[in-house]
Amino acid sequence: MRGAKSATMVIGAIAIALTATACGGGSSSNGAEDGVVRAWWGDPQNPLEPANTNEVNGGKVLDMIFSDLKEYDPKNSQAYLASADSITSTDQQTFTIKVKPGLKFSDGTPVTASSFVDAWNYGALLTNTQKNASFFSNIDGFSQVHPDKGQPTAKTMSGLKVVDNLTFTVKLTQKFSAWPDSLGYKAFAPLPKSFFTDHAKWIAQPVGDGPYKVVSYTKGQSMKLVPNPYYVGQQKPKNKGVLLKVYTDENTAYADLQAGQLDVLDSIPASDIPHVKGDMGGRYLNLPAGINQALSFPLNQKTWGASGMEKVRQGISMAIDRDSITKKIFQGTRSPATDFTAPVLGTAGGYSTDICGDVCKYNPTKAKELIKEGGGIPGGKFTISYNADTGSHKTWVDAVCNSVNNALGTQACVGNPVGTFADFRNQITTKQMINPFRAGWQMDYPLIDDFLAPLWGTNASSNDSQYTNPDFDKLISQAEAEPDKAKSVALYQQAEKLLVKDMPSIPLWSQNGGVAWSDRVSDVTENPFSYPVFYNITVK
Amino acid sequence: MGRYVIRRLLQMVPVFIGTTLLIFVMVYALGDPVAAMFGDRAPDPATAAQIRHNLYLDHPLWQQYLHYMQGIFSGDFGTAFDGQPVTQLMSSAFPVTLRLTLVAFAIEGIIGIALGLLAGMRRGRFADTGVLGFTLLMISIPVFVTGYLLQYFVAVKWQLANPAVADGAPFGDLILPGIVLAGVSLAYVARLTRTSVAENARADYIRTAVAKGMPRRRVISAHLLRNSLIPVVTFLGTDIGNLMAGAVVTERIFNVKGVGFQLYQGILRQNPPTVVGFVTILVLVFLAANLLVDLLYAVLDPRIRYA
Amino acid sequence: MPETTNSPVADQVPTPVEAVAAAAAPEQRDAPRSLWNDAWHDLRRKPVFYISSLLILFLIAISLWPSLITSTSPYACDLGKSQMGPANGHPFGFDTQGCDVYARTVYGARASVAVGIFTTLGATILGSVLGGLAGFYGGWWDAILSRISDIFFGIPILLGGVVFLSVIKGGSITTVVTFMVLLGWPQIARIARGAVITAKQQDYVQAARALGASSSRMLLRHIAPNALAPVIVVATIALGTYISLEATLSFLGVGLKPPTVSWGIDISQASTMIRNAPHMLLWPAGALSVTVLAFIMLGDAVRDALDPKLR
Repeated sequence: MRGAKSATMVIGAIAIALTATACGGGSSSNGAEDGVVRAWWGDPQNPLEPANTNEVNGGKVLDMIFSDLKEYDPKNSQAYLASADSITSTDQQTFTIKVKPGLKFSDGTPVTASSFVDAWNYGALLTNTQKNASFFSNIDGFSQVHPDKGQPTAKTMSGLKVVDNLTFTVKLTQKFSAWPDSLGYKAFAPLPKSFFTDHAKWIAQPVGDGPYKVVSYTKGQSMKLVPNPYYVGQQKPKNKGVLLKVYTDENTAYADLQAGQLDVLDSIPASDIPHVKGDMGGRYLNLPAGINQALSFPLNQKTWGASGMEKVRQGISMAIDRDSITKKIFQGTRSPATDFTAPVLGTAGGYSTDICGDVCKYNPTKAKELIKEGGGIPGGKFTISYNADTGSHKTWVDAVCNSVNNALGTQACVGNPVGTFADFRNQITTKQMINPFRAGWQMDYPLIDDFLAPLWGTNASSNDSQYTNPDFDKLISQAEAEPDKAKSVALYQQAEKLLVKDMPSIPLWSQNGGVAWSDRVSDVTENPFSYPVFYNITVK
Repeated sequence: MGRYVIRRLLQMVPVFIGTTLLIFVMVYALGDPVAAMFGDRAPDPATAAQIRHNLYLDHPLWQQYLHYMQGIFSGDFGTAFDGQPVTQLMSSAFPVTLRLTLVAFAIEGIIGIALGLLAGMRRGRFADTGVLGFTLLMISIPVFVTGYLLQYFVAVKWQLANPAVADGAPFGDLILPGIVLAGVSLAYVARLTRTSVAENARADYIRTAVAKGMPRRRVISAHLLRNSLIPVVTFLGTDIGNLMAGAVVTERIFNVKGVGFQLYQGILRQNPPTVVGFVTILVLVFLAANLLVDLLYAVLDPRIRYA
Repeated sequence: MPETTNSPVADQVPTPVEAVAAAAAPEQRDAPRSLWNDAWHDLRRKPVFYISSLLILFLIAISLWPSLITSTSPYACDLGKSQMGPANGHPFGFDTQGCDVYARTVYGARASVAVGIFTTLGATILGSVLGGLAGFYGGWWDAILSRISDIFFGIPILLGGVVFLSVIKGGSITTVVTFMVLLGWPQIARIARGAVITAKQQDYVQAARALGASSSRMLLRHIAPNALAPVIVVATIALGTYISLEATLSFLGVGLKPPTVSWGIDISQASTMIRNAPHMLLWPAGALSVTVLAFIMLGDAVRDALDPKLR
């Protein structure tokens, strides 16, 4: 019975191993800490440096731990002076910025003019490989610290000058009247001395000047934030802190919310939207956000870029039943596009309900006519590419294709999933896309400029369609230089009308941010960037 | 025996090199990871070039591989794109997955053997058919369906467990994902036990034991079960490796930040150090488990000897 | 290598399927000819065999001619009917896109059955040739092949799938089958290798060798027919798991692509919709389970028939 004995021993060994590991850990409880909000989070992709964070998960934290020169009102997205005492300019090109006296970082060190200047120079310098470096590109001297080719010839931008402890000046390469309003973007955040002296430590536990302070950060697991004792601004937290919990799947987070293990979830799975109100007893909000989605065409390809093809593109736009899709697929959490911006801008900010006009309205008859006039769909068939790994794009791409197919009466359109986002982006940036692809744009700051200039300017940073129109470029630089806001917006809208004519991309809908919360917390809302407004949340 | 073990260990070296090379080439084949780091924005060419340079991506593939292997031999497994050393990811992910694996393992061992014994003892009767049907069902339903169904009903609707695994992966939270992960293997264990028990039930030594008036319970525990478990134990041994590697879907559904989760992130972000590091360790675990099982086999079955 | 190989799996890793087969591997001491006759005789008396065979024939028929039992197109979708329940002429209701679930379930059979059958064929042929040769010739070839299959066992399915889908730009049945064959052959190769090693040492093979039979003759005439039984058993069980794997690949976003209609795609879309529209999950998942069941039941029946101890 030698074998049998060994078998028993093996089982015994396993039992011992089981108990041994049981003692090894797992004592940490996820139970609710008094006064602390437990919120959904995803693993940030990059180190949490302000000029290096370009996605929502990192952005959520930066939003809590930094206070910029300007901040945006969560209700109407108007920019107001936060850390800045004043920002003035006489020529719309050189700005004098005064920082409020007495501000402190969460480590107790003062916020000064050089906190901003050093941070911006750090963000712009090529060798620091900050992914948002291009946000500093309109500051004088950027091309020396960040040349297109070769090594930088300077370490600091000549356009930034410290005048005194709390004052500095910024010289732009060209006139841009609305520039101060873009300063609420977190790439423009100030950095404390410790960021430069002990970088590794700062990365492990970021220090900012915002309403919250990071007390612990376990990468890939969770981050604990408490109110920053030195913060004196108007976003004073009404709770005792926030615990951000990393989830691998939003469906799981939703299950956790229902089970009372999570307090705030700002990414509701599409499948749960129909019953979220019932599940949460009405504790759900659906607010417009500065995010829109579109169908971009590769205009560098002869098939789609030839002149006359704009009619085909307009035709496809009119074959998409935006009303039904937003209602049935998105349960009303997206609004059909009426222009190239998003409703959060407000009409004064440049949002319009009729710039796109009939071209964005469903009209199968007109769609067929236009496509025929334009010479038909190249090859009679096209695909819509999307990345399959995140964002459940499949559902709406399929719905768009079905809508086009039903309108045209042929099987012309089919979805084309691409395995990873990385692969998807590579195909776009290396100009390998031969057919339309999904495009999403999340605004950096609530200005109409951000919805137009980076996307459609010739060689602009996010011009994935390779669109180019000199008239458009001219109107945009006129609009940027115009000091009067109303006149400036009118110029932007004039440029936007060119887009409707050329249709480099089909506007589909603008996205709402949805947030649901447990009965433990109240006063939950979202800002136009679709981040929960954490400082306002109260805990029972 | 000693020579055999040494030879097997030596064979692991080419497997190790082969695996790292193969996985490295596969991740490389996915293309340039830099574009995705910029999100929906097109990368600024100068920054992208600088990042490529910093990550050693501007060299030909074979140089990148040599550079990586050089690092490995000095204990440096590289860093993930968010700046975390891969070794650090491993030290947080492997213990969690190991715990999940052990829970799944215990479930499949205990329930699987119990069901198999039941079916094997009552061959052809209702209990047997029931167990067979149950195991077939387990094999035929995709893991993510069982995962979502159990999560919704057990955790959300009836509130019997937590829907997601808390940080530190306490054992209580791991039971549900453990069941899901163990599902298919459990079915195999049950079927294996059933076959083995049914075979041994007719063996001469059982007949002898029954004939000499041994109590039924003792016949089952001392003779039948012990002998029938040899192939089962062998199977369970190798399954540890399978369970550890196969938890991608389960870990995603139950929010377990283990090996599967890190691998998934690594693949989506096309980060060679993360993927190669994790897969290589998995293959080594797999090989070690194989070797142990082969040795165990020789211990359990005296007819086998290794030279 | 084992000095004596009474067990076919002494130097191998029993994977789940393999372990089952190993336990079921027929005792080769029986007269080789009568094994197959006995098995057939035994099978004909089993109702399970008939039920599963009929089911499989039916599935193959509707894969070839789906219009036999439905006249609705799986591509005719009306968003207005999104997630609605059964209606006249649409017995299974509608999915999120407003497509007919019945038509999609019927048309989906083709992809699943094709993936199952072709993957099994590919993996079995590749695996048994490579595994058989390794088992027969032994030595270096054997060591190299075994270690290569170790490496393949270690590759995570997800990684393989993502790489394949990105590099080959596929998503058709052919690409998915190719990928699954690449991943599946080592399993079969191990079974085949073990079976050949066992068969090689049987008295009648030794006798043939003593009589001066050539290597190829020994391999083809004497060893292959006897080593085939366990391979067939494992292959039929594996077929079911391949179909299931296709669904998992689709769930991870690296499986079949539209316009291919497949249960896997529909199940992965419906898996999070259980609360809104359970019928969307129920029908394709049910169809998938029944198909997998049919193949596993067939495999089971064949295994029981080939195992003289259980008769």
